[in-house]
Amino acid sequence: QVQLVVPMAVVFGPGSVPGDLPGPLPFRDVQEMEISVNLRTSVTSRYEMLFRSTTGQEEAALAAATAREADAALHPLQDTTLGSLTVYVVPETSSLLPQGIKVYVGKHRSALVRAGGSLAALQAQLREVAQVMSFTASSIAAALSDRVPDGQLSPDARRYLKSSLGYEITFSLLNPDPKSHIVDWDIEGAVNRYVKPVLDKLSLVANFSVDSQILYYAVLGVTPRYDKESSSFLLSAHSLPHVINPVEARLGSSAASLYPVLNFLLYVPERSHSPLYIQDKDGAPVSTNAFHSPRWGGIMVYNVEAPASPQASLPLHVDVDMARVMEVFLAQLRLLFGLSREEVPPEFLLEHPGNEGLADWELDHLLWAHTVENIATVSTTLTSLAQLLDKIGNIVIKDDVASEVYRAVASVQSAVTELSLGHLHAAFQASKEAVTSSERAFFDPSLLHLLYFPDDQKFAIYIPLFLPMAVPILLSLAKIVRETRQCKKEPTKMD
Amino acid sequence: FQDQAEQFFRSGHTNNWAVLVCTSRFWFNYRHVANTLSVYRSVKRLGIPDSHIVLMLADDMACNPRNPKPATVFSHKNMELNVYGDDVEVDYRSYEVTVENFLRVLTGRIPPSTPRSKRLLSDDRSNILIYMTGHGGNGFLKFQDSEEITNVELADAFEQMWQKRRYNELLFIIDTCQGASMYERFYSPNIMALASSQVGEDSLSHQPDLGIGVHLMDRYTFYVLEFLEEIHPASQTNMNDL
Repeated sequence: QVQLVVPMAVVFGPGSVPGDLPGPLPFRDVQEMEISVNLRTSVTSRYEMLFRSTTGQEEAALAAATAREADAALHPLQDTTLGSLTVYVVPETSSLLPQGIKVYVGKHRSALVRAGGSLAALQAQLREVAQVMSFTASSIAAALSDRVPDGQLSPDARRYLKSSLGYEITFSLLNPDPKSHIVDWDIEGAVNRYVKPVLDKLSLVANFSVDSQILYYAVLGVTPRYDKESSSFLLSAHSLPHVINPVEARLGSSAASLYPVLNFLLYVPERSHSPLYIQDKDGAPVSTNAFHSPRWGGIMVYNVEAPASPQASLPLHVDVDMARVMEVFLAQLRLLFGLSREEVPPEFLLEHPGNEGLADWELDHLLWAHTVENIATVSTTLTSLAQLLDKIGNIVIKDDVASEVYRAVASVQSAVTELSLGHLHAAFQASKEAVTSSERAFFDPSLLHLLYFPDDQKFAIYIPLFLPMAVPILLSLAKIVRETRQCKKEPTKMD
Repeated sequence: FQDQAEQFFRSGHTNNWAVLVCTSRFWFNYRHVANTLSVYRSVKRLGIPDSHIVLMLADDMACNPRNPKPATVFSHKNMELNVYGDDVEVDYRSYEVTVENFLRVLTGRIPPSTPRSKRLLSDDRSNILIYMTGHGGNGFLKFQDSEEITNVELADAFEQMWQKRRYNELLFIIDTCQGASMYERFYSPNIMALASSQVGEDSLSHQPDLGIGVHLMDRYTFYVLEFLEEIHPASQTNMNDL
């Protein structure tokens, strides 16, 4: 059915070529794996690897002092198309990778791997690297979550944000106690400095729109407990779900767009409830003092220090440290999208993406998952649309609905083809088009079917109408027939 | 990054929606509007915000010339609780409460110019409550004296919702005469349906109020609400206790 092809280039640095190569470099190899989602659906992944040795420039880059510098130097020499990977194999004794680390994954689409001896060991390592940097069986299963039988997916996997054409992000500052705190936050500057680079990178995935607001006298729905030992107020883990509901009523959302909304709230507790800490399930205070709710957004509590002297005049002026706040919000944004780095094997070292918020290969991760999800959604939508139209014979299908369906089918076929050729970007764009067309066709207002006539209703309506009319008609017809027969008989008699 | 943010979740769903429909109009059907508004109040109190509630009412009670206490709708003569209040958000009112609009809300086949508050923007992780009240018969529910919705149409609408994964679980409550017939034809998974009466039985109204001159509420909804009044947002009671 669907084949996901990842083009990989494996570059051997000097001294790292394994002894048991089947032939001279360069040569090609393919590794295929089947990811079975349920009894009828499976996705095949194909890693098409080209093994070659380093060029002079690459050798010079690999001679750098640290892995990070090597990665930066290698970046302009790589193939940077979406979905492709480059793996550099360095000798076992190389000092580029720290002790105990076998794989270093850079910010872009490349990794450094320590040579392991035999070709088979290297291939197993390569497969692991490819899985971390593109897609794993569990990420594909999460993308196809409604086809996976219950119980096989972790509860988390069903809660990542669904693939959508756009997302609205709203930053809200909640100040329940304006008499005590005047809170200033430079949200515009923070958005431009911290959030825009991330969203620019993600702009390939969807359209993002950002807005912000300040809400006064907005309280959390839960009264925090006072804890004498730490002389602070605590919000326990099981009261957190109730925090969001009362606030949500006041958050509002843009009336014009139908995109899912992600809310990030910064709550400055009242003077009488300061300092406020969030407790996790074990009772320890959460270090970032924030929590997030899947598919909704995140909340962070910003404690204001008590004034040094008790006679300090209220209200206190508070300047929010936007760097700390944005760090937490961006981490939550990554978690909402499902980009966590927790499933990585221990000998991997992942480079920090820095200002851009996500590494190129993490963007690829999202694109692979969303492309597969889009293709699955389109096929479900079109199948159910076809079933609906089969079942109800008298729906009229307008021309533009028909053309949307054709376009959806063509786009999804092209997406599958592009995937099997390894062109992730083209495949993703085609899948987005397919989803748009299929949704437009399925949700077209003209397809509403209101005509349900069971058989006994048909009899009940038509018989009282036609029977009284039919009786005199039939009787007169009978009379006419009798008369013509009589007329025909008489002339023969008279003769 | 310090990815220490915690996530908290109970069951498989991430958001809740409610679609509350009152299908009658006119003064003598006061109790149906009171039913729906009381359920609306409870649902709001227990945490679903207005942006996630689609309320369909023929909003002709509060300002009806026959209402001795204008701008109010009462649900219980002893509690004297004004369920109309001043923050009721009716999404479809008066003549907009039609079978067509109701089915459009459920299936999502809405004209593109409809505002966000009139849409059911649920996804595959939404739990939805659908509450309907009014006059019904065996297999149908009467909408505003001029049209009716059959149980087959309702079942088909739910199936359309399931096909597009517009709900995770559906709770369908119906308070009309012979209400059980409305859920006979459901064939989609994850739906729990409650009705106030079986086929052949009538739903009876609870109590007349002599001051206002009409029955204030129906028995079934009255007892459901009594149960809900005792629930606060953190309780763990579930349908078994109801």
